[in-house]
Amino acid sequence: MDFGPHLMLAMLEGAVTAAILALTAMGLSVVFGVMRVVNVAHGEFYMLGAVIAWYIATTLGTHPALGFVAALLIAPVLVGALAATADRLILQHINYDPERTIVATIGLLFIIQQGTLMTFGPDARPVVPPFNSRIPLPWVEWVDDKMAFYYPWGLSITSYKLFVIAAAAAILIALWLFMTRTRAGLIMRATQQDSQMAQAFGIPVSRVYALVFGLGAALAAMGAVLVVPIQQAHYLMGADPLLLSFIVVIIGGLGSLPGTVIAALLIGLSDGIISVFFSPTVAKITATLAVAMVLVFRPQGLLGKKAH
Amino acid sequence: MAAVILQTWGLTKTYAGVQANTDIDFTLPRGQIRALIGPNGAGKSTFVGMLCGRIEATRGSVMFDGQDISHLPAHKRIALGIAYTFQITSVFGGLSVHENVALAARRAGGNEATVAGVLARVGLSDRADQSAADLSYGHQRILEIGMGLAQSPRLFILDEPTQGLAESEVAEFKALIRSLKDTTILLIEHNMSVVMETAEYITVLNHGAVLAEGTPDEIRANSHVQAAYLGTEDA
Amino acid sequence: MDRALVLHLGVIAALALAYAVLPAYHAGNLARIMVLAIYAMAYNLAFGYTGLLSLGHALFFGAGMYGLSLSMQHLGTPVLPAFAIALISAAIVTAVVGALALRTKGVAFMIVTLMFAQAGYLTALYFSTWTRGEEGFVLPQAMRQIAGIDLTTAMGRYYAALVLFAATLLLIGHIVRSPFGRSLVAIRENEARATMLGYDVQRLKWQALVISGTISGLAGATFALLFGYAGAGFAAVPYSILPLLYVLLGGAGTTLGPLVGAAFMIYLFDLSSDITDAYMLIAGVVLVLLTMFLPQGILGTLRARSVRWLP
Repeated sequence: MDFGPHLMLAMLEGAVTAAILALTAMGLSVVFGVMRVVNVAHGEFYMLGAVIAWYIATTLGTHPALGFVAALLIAPVLVGALAATADRLILQHINYDPERTIVATIGLLFIIQQGTLMTFGPDARPVVPPFNSRIPLPWVEWVDDKMAFYYPWGLSITSYKLFVIAAAAAILIALWLFMTRTRAGLIMRATQQDSQMAQAFGIPVSRVYALVFGLGAALAAMGAVLVVPIQQAHYLMGADPLLLSFIVVIIGGLGSLPGTVIAALLIGLSDGIISVFFSPTVAKITATLAVAMVLVFRPQGLLGKKAH
Repeated sequence: MAAVILQTWGLTKTYAGVQANTDIDFTLPRGQIRALIGPNGAGKSTFVGMLCGRIEATRGSVMFDGQDISHLPAHKRIALGIAYTFQITSVFGGLSVHENVALAARRAGGNEATVAGVLARVGLSDRADQSAADLSYGHQRILEIGMGLAQSPRLFILDEPTQGLAESEVAEFKALIRSLKDTTILLIEHNMSVVMETAEYITVLNHGAVLAEGTPDEIRANSHVQAAYLGTEDA
Repeated sequence: MDRALVLHLGVIAALALAYAVLPAYHAGNLARIMVLAIYAMAYNLAFGYTGLLSLGHALFFGAGMYGLSLSMQHLGTPVLPAFAIALISAAIVTAVVGALALRTKGVAFMIVTLMFAQAGYLTALYFSTWTRGEEGFVLPQAMRQIAGIDLTTAMGRYYAALVLFAATLLLIGHIVRSPFGRSLVAIRENEARATMLGYDVQRLKWQALVISGTISGLAGATFALLFGYAGAGFAAVPYSILPLLYVLLGGAGTTLGPLVGAAFMIYLFDLSSDITDAYMLIAGVVLVLLTMFLPQGILGTLRARSVRWLP
């Protein structure tokens, strides 16, 4: 493939990555934005979404589309419930002390990850996508001084991947509407602004926190359910999304939905492009150091506001 | 030794369009007890923050004991001989009373004797091994003042030191201030009895600028000052 | 002689005698525990005493480990100069990373140190021609000697570990009770107050981190030397979390907490490996229970409740 089509393919793959990443990172961002805690186990909730999706799809055994829809509905709810329980039992007990929360969620990370290893096993297991037709994509070339389209071999996308991008966008829009237009969203934002005031107004802050924590985990799980027909379900698959989500949230500015989306696009696209043209390890090293530098020199991220 | 220990020229602080302090020229003679008063929001804490380096000035300069400290970081200014107590008491809650004072003394070149002396002076000797967080708020405030004393400062800046103190503690505080020799004192205060009974000279701030300066009697008689306070006098 | 020093010397003496008394299996464990305790003590200086929650210490451990093992393996350097290289590498890495990372605080500091450790781990994988990546490489037995003492025997290994452990314990014990050490505690307790007492908080934090990182490198080099193996796994993020675990369990901000925590966890891992391969699951459960119910750790709680003079 020539450079042009190759680049386009990289960008399309990057767009899929970005879509999933935006969803996952948004979960982390919402939790930090409202509760001011860092959930180091976030990647494991993502992984659980994929693993549960696999269980559902395999157990139902019927047409992949049915299994997929069931997974998309059930997995986020289960993962969200688990997260809300963890919040009630653990985080509320330690009163969201920043340092102890980090330690507790590190512990949670290992419990979930290794628990999955013990039950699901160390293998990667695939899930069949609900539909998957190959859509060849056109590219331009010059024939007789006129622009003409042709279909380079290897330049294609699957209908499922297009669906992933659309679905992620839809979920994010729904989330944005929820946060800005519904009463529940208003309560969440009020609690974020000033939790003591919110309590004074009769808002059950601890219940809000449990729901928010659950919502954050559910968003990650949704992203994983969408991605599992493309990648496979594996007990270690939470590590990369965790790191990437941190990166997106930091660069986009904590708690900012537009910032998260833009940063996810940036990271997803560049990760896709760099990985195609350079070795993935170099790409990761560069990305990791770049994030560290952003935090060091511009702690409010690219779009966030400076904290007091 | 120079007669003036602290001076500022045109000291200004602007926060996103809001002027917290505007062009303050301030002269503090060595050994004086100066009170800085003014209604809430007048910019007193901001001004004092710029003096000790906690807040970065937008414009203007500060001179301490003949040295331009305008660009020095806070810890360096403190090390030159300034002690500072916070408006909201800030001590090392997890450490003992003794260690709190010792940390202050150590940095300023004091020793065990210094610590014992300070604890006796502020009346906390019998609580030396207690955890600072276990003290009452009033005692914590006194501890913080003690930490300032342990530094043997040339300039002692106190931000609303009597707030939260009981009547008897306020009386002890007034006596303590009057007993400090060789120390220039700058007090932000709302408690007028403390101001009138300890200050030798008063600077009044309003809306971020200097409104008036004078002796306690002059200030008491100043109609602009009275107007600024809306005629109320804090007991 | 003050009580703390007596206690430290007593522990060292007990460990010295233990070799003669314990069965070979436990003596071997103890050697490993002592080396990891060096790592944990180094971490404790940054986290327990100064309050810096770093997730990047695997980078410093790895710098020491690779500093020693790469020079021995590929340059044929003898043990003592290789040790020096290891310490210098760890010191330089910590100095640079520290200068950058300390521009941030709290959560941001944690993430930045995590990022640097991750980048270091990936770099170790990238240069797998020399490092052999995850698989790692074995140091030839013949090289692992100092002044004729063979460090590959159980006894050589044990006493080498003990000597370095003892030196580190006494050094840390001295540091934390010095004015420097007390200023670190002040920073941990109330940074703003420390600044307004005239302490140069930024410089002090950096110094603490450099000492912490260099001793972590010492631990890494010791590990490679005594157990004859270097692999990228030791520079990976879980290896940053292990010292945090040991320190929290034993008691952050106590001198002997790291040893207690390391001993406890290694035996816990050991016992549980009969039941399951997933030893990090145990680690996870312990971390959660610790931070919920025993946030001061074993010795930390003991010190708060009764033994006030415990260093």
